[in-house]
Amino acid sequence: MGELMKKDQLILGIETSCDETAVAVIKNGREIAANVVASQIESHKRFGGVVPEIASRHHVEQITIVLDEALKQADVSMADIDAVAVTEGPGLVGALLIGVNAAKAVAFAHQKPLVPVHHIAGHIYANRLVAELKFPLIALVVSGGHTELVYMKEHGHFEVIGETRDDAAGEAYDKVARVLNMPYPGGPHIDRLAHEGSPTIDLPRAWLDGSYDFSFSGLKSAVINTVHNAEQRGETIAPEDLAASFQASVIDVLVKKTVDAVEEYGVKQVLVAGGVAANKGLRNALEEAFSSLEVELVIPPLSLCTDNAAMIGAAGSVMFDKGIRADLSLNAIPGLDIELFNNDDLS
Amino acid sequence: MTILAIDTSNNPLGVALFHEDQVIGEYITNLKKNHSIRIMPAIQTLLKDCEKSPADLTKIVTAKGPGSYTGVRIGVTIAKTLAWSLNIPLVGVSSLAVLAAGPARRFEGYVSPIFDARRGQVYTGLYHFENGKLTAVEPDQLTMAVDWAPKLAKMERPILFVGNDVPLHQTTFEEGLGSMAIFADATEQNPRPSELAWLGKDKPGEDVHTFVPNYIRLAEAEAKWLEKQGKILNG
Ligand SMILES: [Zn+2]
Repeated sequence: MGELMKKDQLILGIETSCDETAVAVIKNGREIAANVVASQIESHKRFGGVVPEIASRHHVEQITIVLDEALKQADVSMADIDAVAVTEGPGLVGALLIGVNAAKAVAFAHQKPLVPVHHIAGHIYANRLVAELKFPLIALVVSGGHTELVYMKEHGHFEVIGETRDDAAGEAYDKVARVLNMPYPGGPHIDRLAHEGSPTIDLPRAWLDGSYDFSFSGLKSAVINTVHNAEQRGETIAPEDLAASFQASVIDVLVKKTVDAVEEYGVKQVLVAGGVAANKGLRNALEEAFSSLEVELVIPPLSLCTDNAAMIGAAGSVMFDKGIRADLSLNAIPGLDIELFNNDDLS
Repeated sequence: MTILAIDTSNNPLGVALFHEDQVIGEYITNLKKNHSIRIMPAIQTLLKDCEKSPADLTKIVTAKGPGSYTGVRIGVTIAKTLAWSLNIPLVGVSSLAVLAAGPARRFEGYVSPIFDARRGQVYTGLYHFENGKLTAVEPDQLTMAVDWAPKLAKMERPILFVGNDVPLHQTTFEEGLGSMAIFADATEQNPRPSELAWLGKDKPGEDVHTFVPNYIRLAEAEAKWLEKQGKILNG
């Protein structure tokens, strides 16, 4: 008896939570058939940050162009697609609405199932496009809007064991970059500058003992105070040293808490997710910390760390298999909670 | 020919199906509720009740603004994506024209559709029927109601004000136009999606990819930025 050929699963992923209009086609949850991102960063640079109304306007301009390009790149038609996965939240509500409504329209037009995806679940699942996930695992999520440690006992099950109490790490980077008169977005500039200096300035580290939570607002204030105090004394601080000191403080806390969580939870794998995962200093420090430990460290390439739809397709594939569906009343939820997706009854 | 018309540009949410020469289905609510949650289910229900499937549609017509930025974007995004998905023509119609069309059919004077734009401002235009076609006498614009009223008074014609937001500016229009100001009844205040379908019925399809709402206004940050650039350029 011949074995039945299993048909490839194709998920169309749509992501518009912030300033990237992105559509991807993901094959069998792990393979990128297409990954198209229209970035608006050039438009927002002049404002020194993302302007929500302008982001929403750009998404409307781009959405069908990006959809079209993704299907062409994957060389498939909507008839071949098994489900449409879309970022439901969190993010900017006006921006999310474009992706959600486009997803609903395309799903309705072709009578395809609609799968809602949490943006952070997407960032975590970007790792599955690089390596198969091994459970239990810990994901360190660091981006402009998020700093979280997420524990996963199995596919599609997320437990937030620690999160930021104030600023996200990426947010702190952007604010410190502004103090150093660097253009938006500040992260890559600080990272580059940090490599030219040494961490000679003593800056605080918020350990918040006994918790996996983070706090970066004190550090940000310390940087601002350091600059102001030096200015008042007529001294100059080498910006590369300040950048290096700031980065060392952020990285120390991120790495230490991740290592602690890995040991306490006895996980098999550590995933790094979110835009700040592109940070070289963080990558190096994590690689060093985990080189001696019996746990696999996965860091996706840069293009999969920043916002994209391949990650939404990858997470969507798992959610689709778990039976998670949305109907046409799906709405954008700017403050969506990742643990709502656990839906233990379904798994 | 089966046309789907979608209007979510202001509080009234409307969907209509125009089949051959008949309006076979129309759904309207005038509620301050989330259009993103309700518009696709409304489209789904209307098609189902009319025994049509998405593949039966031959054209999408959408109200493209002005109106609530978010509201207009929801309708335009759905219209664009449906037209692209189904590979059928997409037509955009002024949201103000949709509101004016019904009342203008039997009115001898001009019709001024009104959407409130806050701080004394209105989105409006001036329309009338000419040889069976809705024609714009004044283009859609954003203006202060107190500036609009004297401009209309000079036309020396009866002006019919229509729209759910008219009561907010009624005294301004009464003072400016006296007996020339006529006000529509409650049954005429909602834009009719069937009129939207009718207005877009014979218009040629537009490029789906470059199709955008007509916001009339720049985003606030954009306007401020341009102003600053102007100051830098002019010294
Ligand atoms: Zn993100």
